Amino acid sequence: MEKKWFTISVYSENSVGLLNRISGIFLKRHINIESLNVSKSEIEHVSKFTIVVYTTEDWVRNIVGQVEKQIEVIKAFYHTDEETIYQESALFKVASTLLFDERNIQNIIKDSNSQIVTVSRDFFVLAKSGRRNEIDDMYQQLKPYGIMQFVRSGRIAVTKSEMKISSLLKEFNQ
Amino acid sequence: METLKKEKTASTKQATKRISGAEAIIHCLLAEGVDLIYGYPGGAIMPLYDELYKFQDKLTHILTRHEQGATHAAQGYSRVTGKVGVAVATSGPGATNLITGIADAQIDSTPMVCITGQVARHLLGSDAFQETDIIGISTPVTKWNCQVTKASEIPEVLAKAFYIAKSGRPGPVLVDITKNAQIDEFDFSYEHCKGVRSYNPYPKPDIKAIEEAAHLINTAKKPFIVFGQGVILGQAEEQLRTLVEKAGIPAAWTILGLSAMDTDHPLNVGMVGMHGNYGPNLLTNECDVLIAIGMRFDDRVTGSLDTYAKQAKIIHFDIDPAEINKNVKADVAVLGDSKVTLDLLLPLIKTNKHEAWHNEFKEKYKIEFDQIIKNDVYPTKDKLTMAEVIEEINIASGHKAIIVSDVGQHQMIACRYAKFKQTKSNVTSGGLGTMGFALPAAIGAKMGAMDREVVAIIGDGGYQMTIQELGTIFQNKTPVKIVVLNNDHLGMVRQWQELFFESRYASTVMVNPDFVKIAEGYHIESKRISERKDLKATIKEMLASKDAYFLEVKVEKEDNVFPMIPSGASVSDIRLK
Repeated sequence: MEKKWFTISVYSENSVGLLNRISGIFLKRHINIESLNVSKSEIEHVSKFTIVVYTTEDWVRNIVGQVEKQIEVIKAFYHTDEETIYQESALFKVASTLLFDERNIQNIIKDSNSQIVTVSRDFFVLAKSGRRNEIDDMYQQLKPYGIMQFVRSGRIAVTKSEMKISSLLKEFNQ
Repeated sequence: METLKKEKTASTKQATKRISGAEAIIHCLLAEGVDLIYGYPGGAIMPLYDELYKFQDKLTHILTRHEQGATHAAQGYSRVTGKVGVAVATSGPGATNLITGIADAQIDSTPMVCITGQVARHLLGSDAFQETDIIGISTPVTKWNCQVTKASEIPEVLAKAFYIAKSGRPGPVLVDITKNAQIDEFDFSYEHCKGVRSYNPYPKPDIKAIEEAAHLINTAKKPFIVFGQGVILGQAEEQLRTLVEKAGIPAAWTILGLSAMDTDHPLNVGMVGMHGNYGPNLLTNECDVLIAIGMRFDDRVTGSLDTYAKQAKIIHFDIDPAEINKNVKADVAVLGDSKVTLDLLLPLIKTNKHEAWHNEFKEKYKIEFDQIIKNDVYPTKDKLTMAEVIEEINIASGHKAIIVSDVGQHQMIACRYAKFKQTKSNVTSGGLGTMGFALPAAIGAKMGAMDREVVAIIGDGGYQMTIQELGTIFQNKTPVKIVVLNNDHLGMVRQWQELFFESRYASTVMVNPDFVKIAEGYHIESKRISERKDLKATIKEMLASKDAYFLEVKVEKEDNVFPMIPSGASVSDIRLK
């Protein structure tokens, strides 16, 4: 079976140790987590894990089944890239002198649709949200001028179709 | 935890009472109907033991000789009673020693609650004496676990622990309680947990799926049932028997399903899997509808999945959605508690007989009998075989004993040849294959069924992994019957070495001690036999004994267990020699 990128969305209670429990499911199957993000969700007091893996659909189905089986997990879904709207965010810290000395830097900022978050005497920080390849492109463009620090977030994603989680919760709460 | 649904217990409806966390643990256990627990004391759990001392008239604590023994005893107790087994240990090594039993209970779906002591809240993360991250360590092998650092959290967490352990697909739960939480006082009241919003233990049966299943069963020419422990856990033995009889379907079992149906039932065609019976394995690839009930298509059952029942429509009854399509794709999946789903299925099932099909099983049995069973059970050679010992136990106990087996050749022989009339009578470590399981599990089984005969069948290897539990048997005068089938080898590994590693017997020869003397050291009546002429009388003597009894049977050293499906081979490639 063909390997693909899958985004796994996990709705759960916000409890200590659940991340360990979920990551263990991947560990047991020797599957690498390519990206992980944990945040609040659209439902009050419900957390959302967004996990990206590169594997086969058989495995991702198996994993989602095991994840959903965990007591504190309310519901888990998996989707392909085509079924989701997804982004990552990155911060680039660059020396301030470049902003004034290298004209091309200003073009990179404009062309990449990134924002200047802060400017200080010594450095400035650029923020960029978008697809992984867009962030990678910007990284490659800035690299020759010297990047002091770089960080990229995990993928965050919403699905094109409805996730039937709120109605499910309502049913549980009855 | 506003997500819990609770129910006040009758016993605690009165006003709250200010007590210590340790005393609260006792009241929680009593409220859950626990009257027997297994464990081993130590520093971080001492406040609880102090309360156990005060409540010993209401709650019996059995001191095992190792924490692993406590878990297996709790498992044995649970497997024969259907109740939640409880094991207690201290922090650090006490807690880590529970892990094997917890992993065993997880893979064999045994409801168990383990309570561990933990260093005080202010010492967490300081590498304090006997501190270990038991929550982290136990996470992959527990159905749920939770650390309690405040006394006031104890009732809610323990109520949830018992609810989760026994509901849905059962499993082990670990609750780690810091020492300060055991000592501190709070206003105690107890409410049973009635549900957890993120946890749906009993999926609603889908009537459409049940109708589809009934249609497939009613139109099948060669239907075949394979049942597992889900029938026992769901208390659906009666429903299974009715289905088998009404539709006239040959039924086979996994080793954890064994005893859910009378082994002498004409439609009980035996065991599936690596050392299962010839007919059910071979005919798995001949049936047209395979009805799997409460089993999980373990690799030891299926052999190679690429060639497993490809010709058949698969109907899979299971309570755990994660088991559906995990190993074998189901054409019809019926989610739910086996009793509920089978009750819904039965009225839709047409009366039928599949005599020609059933005869195929009988023919295959005849082949197996002539080539294997006859020589196993009625040997003509000098040395005793394991199977003839099991057969003598069958005869002497009238098929009424609880058989607790360890792991290895003797386990396969015990499961192949032991006869059962009553459910919950076969206790063995199936999924994890834990050597050392049987002796402590037999203690728990006996304490859970004092009116029944409990016979532990153990190999000389596994026996020595938990042999110290003879101390528990001696101290508690637990009348278990212990049969060690001694071939002076790690027999199953030796068999594989013979068959697949050109007889290179790497580390499988055991130089054994005098087992009889060891048992005598614990003042347990004991005997060793090596000749056939002594077998019948000795088994009788053992079963007649009102006390614990140890019997060592010297058996043929290099016997192999057949039939056998070599690892990774197809069920069709089952070997008779």
